[in-house]
Amino acid sequence: MTTGKVTGIIANLVTVEVYGPVAQNEICLIDLQGVKLMAEVIKVNGNKASVQVYESTRGLTIGCPVEFQGYMLEATLGPGLLSSNYDGLQNNLATMEDVFLKRGEYTKPLDENKIWDFTPIAKAGDQVVAADWLGEVKEGWLPHKIMVPFSFEGTYTVKKVAEAGRYKINDTIAVLTNADGEDVNVTMVQKWPVKVAIGGYVEKPRPFKVMETGVRTIDTLNPIAEGGTGFIPGPFGCGKTVLQHALAEQADAEIIIMAACGERANEVVEIFTEFPELKDKHTGRSLMERTIIICNTSNMPVAAREASVYTAMTLGEYYRAMGMKVLLLADSTSRWAQALREMSNRLEELPGQDGFPVDLSAIISSFYARAGYVKLNNGQSGSITFIGTVSPAGGNLKEPVTESTKKAARCFYGLSQNRADKKRYPAVDPVDSYSKYLEYPEIIDYLDDKIEKGWVDKVTKTKYIIRKGKDAYEQINILGDDGVPVSYHEQYWKSELVDFVILQQDAFDEIDSSTPLERQKFMLDLIIEICDRSFKFDNFEECTTYFKGLINICRQMNYSEYKSEQFEKYFGQLKEELKHE
Amino acid sequence: MSEKAFQRIYTKLTAITKATVTLEAQGVMNDELAIVAGRLAQVVKIKDKAVTLQVFGGTEDIPTNAEVTFFGEPPSLNVSDDLAGRFFNAYGEPIDGGPAVEGEKRQIGGPSVNPYKRRMPSELIPTGIAGIDLNNTLVTGQKIPFFADPDQPYNKVMSMVALRADVDKIILGGMGLSNDDYLFFKHEFESAGALHKIISFVNTTDQPPVERLLIPDMALTAAEYFAVDKNEKVLVLLTDMTLYADALSIVSNRMDQIPSKDSMPGSLYSDLAKIYEKAVQLPSGGSITIIAVTTLNDGDITHAIPDNTGYITEGQLFLRADADSGKVIVDPFRSLSRLKQHVQNKKTREDHSAVMNASVRLYADASNAKTKLENGFDLSDYDLRCLDYAKEYATRLLAIDVNIPITEMLDTAWELFGKYFTKAETGLKEKLIEKYWKEK
Repeated sequence: MTTGKVTGIIANLVTVEVYGPVAQNEICLIDLQGVKLMAEVIKVNGNKASVQVYESTRGLTIGCPVEFQGYMLEATLGPGLLSSNYDGLQNNLATMEDVFLKRGEYTKPLDENKIWDFTPIAKAGDQVVAADWLGEVKEGWLPHKIMVPFSFEGTYTVKKVAEAGRYKINDTIAVLTNADGEDVNVTMVQKWPVKVAIGGYVEKPRPFKVMETGVRTIDTLNPIAEGGTGFIPGPFGCGKTVLQHALAEQADAEIIIMAACGERANEVVEIFTEFPELKDKHTGRSLMERTIIICNTSNMPVAAREASVYTAMTLGEYYRAMGMKVLLLADSTSRWAQALREMSNRLEELPGQDGFPVDLSAIISSFYARAGYVKLNNGQSGSITFIGTVSPAGGNLKEPVTESTKKAARCFYGLSQNRADKKRYPAVDPVDSYSKYLEYPEIIDYLDDKIEKGWVDKVTKTKYIIRKGKDAYEQINILGDDGVPVSYHEQYWKSELVDFVILQQDAFDEIDSSTPLERQKFMLDLIIEICDRSFKFDNFEECTTYFKGLINICRQMNYSEYKSEQFEKYFGQLKEELKHE
Repeated sequence: MSEKAFQRIYTKLTAITKATVTLEAQGVMNDELAIVAGRLAQVVKIKDKAVTLQVFGGTEDIPTNAEVTFFGEPPSLNVSDDLAGRFFNAYGEPIDGGPAVEGEKRQIGGPSVNPYKRRMPSELIPTGIAGIDLNNTLVTGQKIPFFADPDQPYNKVMSMVALRADVDKIILGGMGLSNDDYLFFKHEFESAGALHKIISFVNTTDQPPVERLLIPDMALTAAEYFAVDKNEKVLVLLTDMTLYADALSIVSNRMDQIPSKDSMPGSLYSDLAKIYEKAVQLPSGGSITIIAVTTLNDGDITHAIPDNTGYITEGQLFLRADADSGKVIVDPFRSLSRLKQHVQNKKTREDHSAVMNASVRLYADASNAKTKLENGFDLSDYDLRCLDYAKEYATRLLAIDVNIPITEMLDTAWELFGKYFTKAETGLKEKLIEKYWKEK
């Protein structure tokens, strides 16, 4: 083991003189009077290594001994991850005793004494490679696959798999023989460096399915693909967090991983408090059972903020290798970028734009690239859909983090201050936002098949109505209500109809908060049918009153259970209204 | 801060900037305190033998042969119940002529609360100001700043809020307070007869700016003592956080750090978050609530200081001079309390959130009508009624000099609805209208 001693300290950047070989990103422990502070090598120059410390460096002195560990920051992977609350380094926050976080206190991510019901999948004589399934345990109600460790290279022969029965995570559940004839024991737990993507799949095809989220402005207007990537930039107070929570609660995914990266602690507490109470809309079980929370709030050590998003992604890849549909949410990736900036600054690197490191764009791209839909060795498939939020300084989207993310993510859900001020939630801007997936032939085919032939054309048409309405609104504002032809008002109110009925959605209403695709289709058809009509109004006031009436009825429909008596009653009212156009 | 025997003394500075000094020393700890030519300083950088200290009092006339004594420990505060009723400077030394406080010595700027051990903030803090209680209800464990232009009476409003709030302790952290404002706070606290529950840490404008950096940590260490050890409800007032951030930028600038937006240090977000995130609802019942002031430059919230603050705090309260009513009001559009839904309708009357939304929406209609009027377009009857409503709403509810219980605020709002609007125009639920509607 290589050792060293501290020779320099600026905040959480520590310089260490090393006596032996040391690797980039290697983990080391700095001994401060018996308290071990975890740190990561981020630069080596001669016999000096610069390390970022994951804890406060208060009290550290020159000469403190350092031990290098020979491995990178690793995640522990095994049954028991679900419903856990971890910090950025995967310490279990729930098993820490103190109210305050103690420096140098590291807790085990998994319960080593818990007993799991194991069922074998592989059998003696099978040829296996890394990530192949050996057996499974039930983690809650989800089948958790025990796999050949990802670090195993080459082909192995299964010598023995444990019989069905009750085991702890560290028990040997299989013995594999490698090409050289050596036997290796496999347990239910394995480790993997978080900054390296987990492979173990055959191919990563282009995403071709849509992930239903129940949020109309996303599903109808700019759908995200299963295995796709998207991001939500927005100024503070525009509803980023509410939208993320809605996605976590409703999206059609089997595993939800939330990385609270440098955000408010009370928001995380809200998740801790509410998720166990919330019912999963797909299975009726507690939402927490299929959720993992990685939380590095804004007051926790900055260096661990960077680690938190990588830890979250690694856990996602682990479940993807089991053939699961994973949704990964990171709030907010700007805080991660700021952590990179602080470190780059202390390293005295030449800064890029706004003081961010010059390779920011590359770092963000390679992180987003870890998401995706994959075909596994056994023909099954798994996916990670990744949605990150971005907190642009001053709400200005022309800043490095937003611009870099725009290059990496395929969906853009820009939150607009203007919409938020008018309380039009979700405040996703319908004109600026986009989903590149709508251009994918695979996705168009999928939607043709899943919803109806020509669906994407309808979506395009809806966007056109919104844009035309915006133009008309500007004209009305300049020339006055009476200064424009009544047809301008009609155009504007048609777009308002789309806005109020399709785009706006009450995240706090039990029914309106989540809209299944079938219902989204029904409402969009209805709205387009109305927009296709041409009305003959005598004056703009008549037009305004008429459309306000329609909007009110349609909103009542949104608040009613689909196809219920109440729903049909409002639908009847609407048809009646439409008769005297 | 006393000197101890057998401390190593150095007398050779190798570099001096406006805020820092550098010397060669051994066995020095990161963050520890030292005295440089009689002034308090803190270690901010160590490189081999070279130690850089940030001198809180400024480095004017410090010679290269100045005496430097290291304390061997980071800044700390003696905590005990005797803190109550006292005034201190940024170093935690009494400035009210009283004796030094005896008590347990605690390092300031300590660790954060494990997020898993926190509880959901859920207790209402009534202030009597409708712009706050009705529209932006405050909750214990919340952190929220006033965004105000320098000419607005934010310190007055804050002291009003503090004195009306039902809390066990109020801790004032004053950064760059003018001497007049300091005396104002002192007078307000004394005349309210509340001195026994107030602790003040004050840095005034005539004191060195870098000293301010210690104020929030001092105030919050005292707050944690009462909230964690004594299970008390503590309200911390921090004014003015913009001046705190300015002091941060001075130090980072002197240390040759590359500035980010608006010449603020790249770590501004983390620096501010470390302070604000001390706000907490503890499982034992104690809590720390932070109300701060961030002064703006001509209402510009895109500047790095208010912008980063907005991303950290749970909302913001905007003060604005209202031309119609001639009063300072809490702006209902730009203000926000992110935690209000945890108490509205639950700890207050069932119609609270509905009344709030309706009254703000009608106020928005009034502002549209006003734009129409300014652009020379004709106003409808509804527009005119909106304008009248807005004036009365601003005077009777939004103005900061209002002091009434929440139920009365709700009743006042219903009275205004009945006076100016039809039931349908308010868009309120049938059920609530049946119960609360007031005809004029």
